[in-house]
Amino acid sequence: MQRNLSGPEQSVNRPSAAGKLYAMYSLMLYLIAGWSGCFVMAVELLGGRLLAPYFGSSIYVWGAIITVFMLALSLGYLLGGRYSLRQPSLRRLAVILGAAAVTMLPVLIGAEPLLDALSARLPDPRLGSLVSALTLFLVPTVISGMVSPYAVRLLVSDRLRSGDSAGKLYFVSTFGSAAGTLLTSFYLVLYFEVNQILWMMLTVSLLVSAAALLFPIRSQES
Amino acid sequence: MKWLRAESRLALGLMCVVLACMAPLAQAQQLKLVHSERSLYRQVLVYEQGGLRYLCFTKDCAIGRQSVIDLEHPEKLQFDYTHMMMSALFAVPAPKSVLIVGLGGGTLPRTLAGVLPTTHIDTVEIDPAVTRVARSYFSYVPSPNTSTFEEDGRAYVKRMIRARKTYDLVMLDAYDHEYIPEHLLTREFLQEVKSLLNPGGIVAANTFSSSKLYDSESVTYRAVFGEFYNLKSGNRVIIASNGPLPPLTTLRRNSTDFASRFAKLGFEVEDILDRYSLQPDWNAGARILTDQYSPANLLNSTR
Repeated sequence: MQRNLSGPEQSVNRPSAAGKLYAMYSLMLYLIAGWSGCFVMAVELLGGRLLAPYFGSSIYVWGAIITVFMLALSLGYLLGGRYSLRQPSLRRLAVILGAAAVTMLPVLIGAEPLLDALSARLPDPRLGSLVSALTLFLVPTVISGMVSPYAVRLLVSDRLRSGDSAGKLYFVSTFGSAAGTLLTSFYLVLYFEVNQILWMMLTVSLLVSAAALLFPIRSQES
Repeated sequence: MKWLRAESRLALGLMCVVLACMAPLAQAQQLKLVHSERSLYRQVLVYEQGGLRYLCFTKDCAIGRQSVIDLEHPEKLQFDYTHMMMSALFAVPAPKSVLIVGLGGGTLPRTLAGVLPTTHIDTVEIDPAVTRVARSYFSYVPSPNTSTFEEDGRAYVKRMIRARKTYDLVMLDAYDHEYIPEHLLTREFLQEVKSLLNPGGIVAANTFSSSKLYDSESVTYRAVFGEFYNLKSGNRVIIASNGPLPPLTTLRRNSTDFASRFAKLGFEVEDILDRYSLQPDWNAGARILTDQYSPANLLNSTR
């Protein structure tokens, strides 16, 4: 019913090369959002694994990790939305996704000595795991949180359909999170080491980011 | 509609038969719930049956019994695995200090304190509710020589390494068939435990006797401690050393000192010595558990 209400939509539905390209462009945005959701949850679960030798795996430790991830995502949403006001483009979204992956590198390289030092100074499992999770995961998760609102901006072509676009994007992103959680906790940990899984996640993020950078369309307006 | 009614009648009949079959079972068990509380980690339940009191972490107390105390003879050790754990003293007959990871009903620290009145015994238990229940229902009375720490086992071990504390004997009894703390089964954890042991110090671990976890756990202990004694009944107890493993002849000689004391606890040292085996009966190609790879709970559920 709403198809004929807006101009740009007609161009999207046009069975032309440009139309196909726009469909691919939306797909690319969904892929980025879905993958980012998967990435965040895999890192969150494995974060629990990294902290366990130092603080245990009690409800305190999980509480600290979930708090940090929720806090980081909330800040990321705010920042991502803000950032989307200035010349939003797929290229910039790709950079956000890549940056979230690259800022995971300290976790892969320096987690052990850092956790060792922190747990020696903060033996309380609550404070210790909270500070540790903040140090290791705040930055990459804030950046990951920027992805969704930024992708919504790139997806929305008109006001009337903004809720529909946001809904679809939330669906893809949270579905990705569910998939990442299940895949990591049921299967990946049975075959791979924690750091191997993190390297895989990081590599996929960079590949998706590269694909987005090479995409011929930068934004719907272009 | 007629077929539906017939089916529901059949279902009802079946249910009656099942219930009728279960009634005598329930009668035979007569497990009486004495105490129940929900802690931060689990349900802590105390049941009684025929003069015995059990500690359970699940409603299904028929298989998941953590601890038991004979109400008339509290000194008697009922569970077979506790006999095997106590036999670690054959390898280290006069330990000055003992660390026990996992309190349960407090049977091991209570019995050890009775057998070795001058030994200092530290017990680390993560769940304050378990400690409370051990005190109120399982006669776990603190003494000047025993201390209980409310902390994660791994965090405690790391803390003690930093404090340069050492032990002559470490007993690991923190594994439950329902849920395994995966960070307490890894090579890194065992290396930490080893570094907490004095030269020639002994680790005794109450662990798993079946599932794929048996293989992985065996190769992990092997990687850290080399050859170890493997004792099996329903449970499996590993006895390993920080140094050369004492030969069976030495254990046999030391065991005579304990024969009368252990008989009072309700078991014969000879029966336990017969279980000592050095024979690997696991898949040596199994994957070692590490902090990076420890799907212990998943492995435990795959036969």
